[in-house]
Amino acid sequence: MSAAAPATMPTSGGEIDGLAEGVVLAVTDLETHFPSRRGVAKAVDGVTFTLPRGRTVAVVGESGSGKSVTSLSIMGLIAPPGHVAGGRILHRDRKGVVRDLAKLSNAGFRHIRGPEIAMIFQEPMTSLNPLMRVGDQIGEMIALHERISRRALRARVIELLQLVEIPEPETRIDAYPHQMSGGMRQRVMIAMALACRPNLLIADEPTTALDVTIQAQILALLRRLQADLGMSVLFITHNLGVVAEIAHEVVVMYAGRVVEQAPVGDLFARPSHPYTRALLASTPNIARDIDAEGRRRPLAAIPGAVPPITALPPGCAFAPRCAHVLDACREGRPGLVAIAPDHVTRCIRRDLP
Amino acid sequence: MTRVVVRRLLEMALVMAIVVTIVFVIVRIAPGDPAAMMLGPDATAKDVADLRARLGLDQSLPAQYGRYVWGLLHGDLGQSIFLARPVTQALWERAEPTFFLTLFSILIACGIALPVGILSAYRHGSVFDQITSTVAMFAASIPSFWLGLVLMQLFAVKLGWFQPSGYGGPGASLGERLNHLVLPACALGIVSSALIARFTRASMLDVLGDDYVRTARAKGMSEIRVVLLHAFKNALIPILTVIGLTAALLISGAIVTETVFGLPGVGSLVVSAVLRRDYPVIQGTLLVVAGLYVLINFIIDMLYLVVDPRVRY
Ligand SMILES: Nc1ncnc2c1ncn2[C@@H]1O[C@H](COP(=O)(O)OP(=O)(O)OP(=O)(O)O)[C@@H](O)[C@H]1O
Ligand code: SF4
Ligand SMILES: [Mg+2]
Repeated sequence: MSAAAPATMPTSGGEIDGLAEGVVLAVTDLETHFPSRRGVAKAVDGVTFTLPRGRTVAVVGESGSGKSVTSLSIMGLIAPPGHVAGGRILHRDRKGVVRDLAKLSNAGFRHIRGPEIAMIFQEPMTSLNPLMRVGDQIGEMIALHERISRRALRARVIELLQLVEIPEPETRIDAYPHQMSGGMRQRVMIAMALACRPNLLIADEPTTALDVTIQAQILALLRRLQADLGMSVLFITHNLGVVAEIAHEVVVMYAGRVVEQAPVGDLFARPSHPYTRALLASTPNIARDIDAEGRRRPLAAIPGAVPPITALPPGCAFAPRCAHVLDACREGRPGLVAIAPDHVTRCIRRDLP
Repeated sequence: MTRVVVRRLLEMALVMAIVVTIVFVIVRIAPGDPAAMMLGPDATAKDVADLRARLGLDQSLPAQYGRYVWGLLHGDLGQSIFLARPVTQALWERAEPTFFLTLFSILIACGIALPVGILSAYRHGSVFDQITSTVAMFAASIPSFWLGLVLMQLFAVKLGWFQPSGYGGPGASLGERLNHLVLPACALGIVSSALIARFTRASMLDVLGDDYVRTARAKGMSEIRVVLLHAFKNALIPILTVIGLTAALLISGAIVTETVFGLPGVGSLVVSAVLRRDYPVIQGTLLVVAGLYVLINFIIDMLYLVVDPRVRY
């Protein structure tokens, strides 16, 4: 935000000031709505988090908590009639230009998608074009943003296929998606997302279709790229083991809202929000769950279910399932409060042990 | 690939053999004596017997069938009774206007239907979509001969831009011939475009919500490229079927339209053959049209192979 950076001046082109130094992405009070005949589904309703440059922020939360909708909102890829209804998505590109992606047009996104922000989609089976060779689909990403000869392009694509550990890349490059397994397609998706060496990578459960060894290799690859390129990563996962392995910070989502964000060690050691605590308690942990005789202790499941997003209670969305609920929790909607530097939580109780 | 093509060719031959047999049987089991019906009530018994002999109707059925198939294999569709020439020659002389009429109609139909269908799917629910959907519903229910008469009245009679009727004299220039084809081709093309447009819209709507279209957008390409290169190519597969079907229907639509516009094509040949009960001509045309249907089907199947790598039968 120095005066020497004219690009951060507010202009009509959607460039906006107000993003802290060293932050690539700051999402504030994001709301993404899907209108339907039965009312508006507020799939994302108050998502706030920051992504520091060169770091990995993991997003965790039960199925349906709005993780994918949040990432698609950042990419500007929410399908109508769904739309971003409020909030800001401030993004700083490589050149230091800050834009509010929530207000960016399709044309404005063209130079962002790919080299600035790339996304690995959650659905590896359906996210590739069935009529195009996988090599062409990866190559297209590069050719859209760089001038490159056909031969150099092919070499680059083979290199990318090698990077994601696809065997026989010289022949696989000409395969069609239907000739590949789910795990292979997921690797193709990863190669495609990495093709332009994005500044920010959004990975929506990128390793679900992969077996444990490949998963470990992909995670190692992402860590290496992060170190080499200074890439920032938004990593969505259900797997807290993966979180511990890859993330610097963790964002916890519940029913379309961020309920807690903290550095990973802090979050595991001192979870604050009752939902985060329940989530950690419901996760298998060999040291804790197997007793001295080798018997398994039962996991503490979170009682109740996520309320449907069209029928959220007023006040705290977690109240119906919370063991520490007070009357006050049901009245006003709790805001995010900082309880330590870099640690915020959306709970009114400060008195929990 | 080659195996698929060979198999489709064999299937085509089988279908044609069945069609040939059906046509043969229909003509034989039609009530009454074709010879007597052709010549009318005033003919003498001797005239009828002579014609029966000329048509080979006095021989046994297997013998007739054998001769008929043998002739077909040599490209012989028989002799026209009234035109005093082989059916093949009569058809060939009339082929040009019909061929160009069908070709231009399908081009006009696709030229209207594909952009309209794509755009109304892309902007579904918009005013454009609502208007075009309503218009398409009307257009699909208009008989093409009626539209032909309206176009003729407006553009030929009132405005004088095009010829109302005919195909120019024998020495007419190419431009003059095309001028004669514009209105009938528009009449047929506009009516057929409705069906193709509705299919294109439905197919595009399906595909535009697919995950790979989202992936394409995520690469940072223009919307035009997303829609045409990624979405439309995937939507094309069902659309091809409808285009093929329309092309086949156009051949029969051409018969009526040619009559309205006085085009000397296969359509008017058939109409006069029916009126005069010129059985060999009817039979021959039936076979050729059936052959074209089968051929169009084959072409569409081959296009699937080109477009969709998953189709390997
Ligand atoms: N296109 C859409 N139209 C209507 N509702 C939608 C749409 N996409 C998502 N939703 C709703 O938004 C909510 C959040 O969905 P989202 O896909 O973001 O969950 P998620 O956290 O990614 O879950 P998962 O872990 O299963 O991937 C869900 O209730 C879902 O039904
Ligand atoms: S605000 Fe109340 S109900 Fe919500 S998590 Fe905190 S204690 Fe539980
Ligand atoms: Mg998801």
